[in-house]
Amino acid sequence: MISTTDEFEDIIAEEELEPSDFEDAVDQPNRVKPAIEFRDVHLSFDDKKILNGVSFTIKRGETKIILGRSGGGKSTTVRLILGLLKPDSGQILVDGEDITDYSEEQMMHVRQNIGMVFQEGALFDSLSVYENVAYRLIEQGVSEEIIDHEVRRMLQFVDLEDAIDKMPIELSGGMRRRVGIARALVGDPKIVLFDEPTAGLDPPTSRTICELAIKLRDLQDVSSIFVTHEMKNLEYLASEYATVNENGEIVFEREGDKLCLINTSMIMFRDGEVIFSGKDEQLRASEDPYIRRFITGKSV
Amino acid sequence: MNPIHKFLYELQEVSFLIWRSLTSLFRGPRYFSEMVRQMDSAGVGSLPIVLLTGFFTGGVLILQTFPTLQYYSLQNEAGGAIATSLIRELGPVLTALMVSGRIGSAFAAELGSMVVSQQIDAMRALGTDPNRKLVAPRIIALVLMLPLLTVAADIFGIFGGVITASVLYNQDYNVFITSVRSGIGIEDIIGGLLKPVFFGLIIASVACHKGLTTAGGTAGVGQSTTNSVVTASIWVIIFDFFLSKAVGTIFDIGHL
Repeated sequence: MISTTDEFEDIIAEEELEPSDFEDAVDQPNRVKPAIEFRDVHLSFDDKKILNGVSFTIKRGETKIILGRSGGGKSTTVRLILGLLKPDSGQILVDGEDITDYSEEQMMHVRQNIGMVFQEGALFDSLSVYENVAYRLIEQGVSEEIIDHEVRRMLQFVDLEDAIDKMPIELSGGMRRRVGIARALVGDPKIVLFDEPTAGLDPPTSRTICELAIKLRDLQDVSSIFVTHEMKNLEYLASEYATVNENGEIVFEREGDKLCLINTSMIMFRDGEVIFSGKDEQLRASEDPYIRRFITGKSV
Repeated sequence: MNPIHKFLYELQEVSFLIWRSLTSLFRGPRYFSEMVRQMDSAGVGSLPIVLLTGFFTGGVLILQTFPTLQYYSLQNEAGGAIATSLIRELGPVLTALMVSGRIGSAFAAELGSMVVSQQIDAMRALGTDPNRKLVAPRIIALVLMLPLLTVAADIFGIFGGVITASVLYNQDYNVFITSVRSGIGIEDIIGGLLKPVFFGLIIASVACHKGLTTAGGTAGVGQSTTNSVVTASIWVIIFDFFLSKAVGTIFDIGHL
């Protein structure tokens, strides 16, 4: 997940690690299977091409940032993973399972392991915050005691315990997004999809949302897609990491000489095609005029 | 898409919606509490407007027919004539049109708002089938409540007729009621209860379909709501013709 530099070998020697310690990693075949895989996916609505031969892979524990202008196919990609849309051709694999032609009933099983954070939260406005976050567990018939425990745990994660009895109409935009995140995380899904979760939010609140995504990536080994068109989010996600200090508190640190993030990469869409795939350093070094304009906001 | 293709496509989609919703009742989860909530909203909530409609419809039928019946010295048959018209035709159709305007529009608006705010997608993402949770309870609620509302409308319609006949035309209410009892048969009642079952199915399924296919933001919600009421109302009137013919043929009604 996080690779060190010269200190890596020192740590290996200090800890006197044996070959069998590495065999454990190899013996976890689940980590070999990608969490999400798109293979030459095409999708059109009427005569408009939305996705044109999109292919990418998201490894276990990786965060893939999907960049692009509005209408470029980013949100459509997320909806395809959830099975809310079906592609015209190509394959979509989730956790090694080909879900391309799955029926709605078959997708219910797949969706149990996926959490989705919608733009603006998509909270059920006739239900309270508690009922929204507990929704999945209530539908599954879980006991009230477990539901209560899980809801409070999730609201604590997003720092919204005080809002437990409020209705969505009483919440600010940022609070609604955070409740949406809490709702998506119930059941501890191993894949989380963020669909422009910071759209329309002020910078401090956007930062809070990004920190939640960083915590999930670094502390809970969640694979995720983060759809955004804001470069600031890219900066946070690609260059900061979450760790636990000696007091047991979660702190956010910037990558630098000590540590380099390798579990975050990005792809950029343009008119339904992937025009860039790689790390943030490569993105910033790109000389493609479209990418330069997207990054800087200026015509090249 | 030309109008005929569009019509056939819509008919296909509504039929699929009805099929998926009704077959979902044979396996869990079933949302019984949601069904009861919808029955309360559609049934109890629509009662005042339906009773008002029935009462004044009965009254206006007397206003329009009593002088003519009196001319032919048939005024004692007024009760039977009004009751037959109400129970066979006007009760079911007018109740359905009132409910389409009130409840059909509410269904379409509620589901349409959920679509544009991505709540339907969220529901699916969280593992809930919107057909089971939202559509099936609404269809069952209207199929069960519309016949009951129709009966209430018929009763109040006859009541309105009695009041109008006795106050405006000085007819003894016993004469009116005797005419009602002799004028209607079991076939009228069965036919009058069969129609609302179909009308409830039409109104609920059209409204849910229009709501779930809303596009275009808040303007789209308004359009879906309007389309739901207009389409359901037209279908009620068309189906009424064919159902009347079918009931008449089965029960041999309308022959002298």
